[in-house]
Amino acid sequence: MIEERFDAIVVGAGMGGNAAALTMAERGLKVLQLERGEYSGSKNVQGAILYADMLEKLIPNFREDAPLERHLVEQRFWIVDECSHTGLHYRSDDFNEEKPNRYTIIRAQFDKWFSEKVREAGATVLCETTVTELLQDSHGRVVGVRTDRNGGEIHADVVVLAEGVNGVLGTRAGLRGRPEPDKVALAVKEMHFLSRETIDARFNLKGDEGLVIEAAGTISRGMTGMGFIYSNKECISLGIGCLVADFQRTGETPYGLLEGFKRHPSVAPLIEGSEVKEYSAHLIPEGGYKAIPQLCGEGWVVVGDAAQLNNAIHREGSNLAMTSGRIAAEAICLIKSRKDPMTAKNLSLYKKLLNDSFVIKDLKKYKDMPALLHTHSQNFFLTYPQLFSKAMQDYVRVDGTPKLEREKLMLNSFIKARSWSGLFSDALRIARAWR
Amino acid sequence: MPSEPSQRVEDKLFYNRYLVDSGRAHIKVRPHTTPSSRLLSMLKACPARCYELNDKGHVEVTVDGCMECGTCRVICAESGDIEWSYPRGGFGVLFKFG
Ligand SMILES: Cc1cc2nc3c(=O)[nH]c(=O)nc-3n(C[C@H](O)[C@H](O)[C@H](O)COP(=O)(O)OP(=O)(O)OC[C@H]3O[C@@H](n4cnc5c(N)ncnc54)[C@H](O)[C@@H]3O)c2cc1C
Ligand code: SF4
Repeated sequence: MIEERFDAIVVGAGMGGNAAALTMAERGLKVLQLERGEYSGSKNVQGAILYADMLEKLIPNFREDAPLERHLVEQRFWIVDECSHTGLHYRSDDFNEEKPNRYTIIRAQFDKWFSEKVREAGATVLCETTVTELLQDSHGRVVGVRTDRNGGEIHADVVVLAEGVNGVLGTRAGLRGRPEPDKVALAVKEMHFLSRETIDARFNLKGDEGLVIEAAGTISRGMTGMGFIYSNKECISLGIGCLVADFQRTGETPYGLLEGFKRHPSVAPLIEGSEVKEYSAHLIPEGGYKAIPQLCGEGWVVVGDAAQLNNAIHREGSNLAMTSGRIAAEAICLIKSRKDPMTAKNLSLYKKLLNDSFVIKDLKKYKDMPALLHTHSQNFFLTYPQLFSKAMQDYVRVDGTPKLEREKLMLNSFIKARSWSGLFSDALRIARAWR
Repeated sequence: MPSEPSQRVEDKLFYNRYLVDSGRAHIKVRPHTTPSSRLLSMLKACPARCYELNDKGHVEVTVDGCMECGTCRVICAESGDIEWSYPRGGFGVLFKFG
């Protein structure tokens, strides 16, 4: 198929791949981007919140034509038990700013737009092409890729692996292991369509204002997991994700959890009467800092989800993918401009620049959080939410029991469930992991 | 508490668009006499319910409704219970929203 040689091949046209391909093409590199989907976005699933800052660094005027849904003015965190939620809601008119900070997007549509920018910058983008293998020379150096289009071997100085969380190429070439069941979550999601007016009324929104709800508690049935509800213009993204190891261990079904979440009395009225138009599933990297594989080698770099660059605590992934894609591309451009070869040593510039960015700094901050939540999932996602909900109910219900007696009962219920030392060490563990 | 058995995944998959690559399944289960616990866990863990137990007690996969999430790869590929690759370019699930 393609006879020529490229400066760089980018595998994948998701957030990380598009950022990398755009950056290199804009700086005059000869770039080939390969995507297995019918178009960029047709395989990709996200909540989805877009963080403006990281996109602005790539496309400063993106607000002019990007398919944005709503800008976020409110964030709700819910702790739920079977029939209640206790919420912390933050809403501010400050978020109704000229250049809003966060937007909801619909990935398939957003990626299509992003890909158009990559093409305009001069990259060759080839969709409906699955890369099957990395080409390596006798020294193990990556020199190109093989695709499923008739025999196609394509060569390049460097390959940017932006193949997502479930990338198979890096594993096949022995550059990193397969994702492990306790380091990835499986999320399932539905798109619920409602009229704009209904969404505005149910969520107390006007104009292009949007809102996010994140819920944890008994909805994940003791597994490490979280439910989410994001408002778009004329639909609601609703989903739930839990650690793959937990699904494997418990025998819960993903769709069973999703149905349970939809039936929750705090959720059901929000989606009542909606028309569902899609059901999707995708993995999310959850291993954090300690799960990051080798980031570069002879003739290759890996960015985004494929490198586990995902901040599960803050639900940030696309911004880390975009930033790592951009930084890898900048490093490659710099090496190229010096006319240096794409060796592991030279490409380690990417790693150095990434270490100095928020990407690695944030992941490092929470390095102990994944293990903490995974090993104590029963406590954090079942016992505490139940105790907490009960305490809230006791606090607000008025039935003639003296307040002192009530408080004593409440405290006793916590001690009975977790013991003093259990409560103390849980608090200490969280404080340590958060630091 | 196990999930309620009456969830109809088929109804959910009906919303989705697929381009099925007939005769070229991208996931293959290794022939076995007794399924491993990993394979058995896929009967529940696959979000599209692609894995089923046949009347001989073997686990089978039908990939037509597969959303290419990779969950079965994560659970079953390391041990060799299954072989997992992506469908050919352009085939498989086609998300409109994602
Ligand atoms: C349910 C859910 C909700 C999320 N919510 C948020 C959120 O609100 N905010 C946020 O910032 N992040 C969120 N994330 C995380 C975010 O989606 C990811 O971090 C981000 O998409 C990673 O980008 P990427 O480019 O690394 O991978 P992807 O976007 O997954 O892109 C990988 C691309 O590579 C292609 N590809 C893979 N293998 C091959 C191959 N062999 N040949 C050719 N092409 C290939 C794929 O088709 C795909 O297009 C969420 C994720 C999920 C699943
Ligand atoms: S990739 Fe996901 S949807 Fe497809 S068969 Fe495996 S678990 Fe099921």
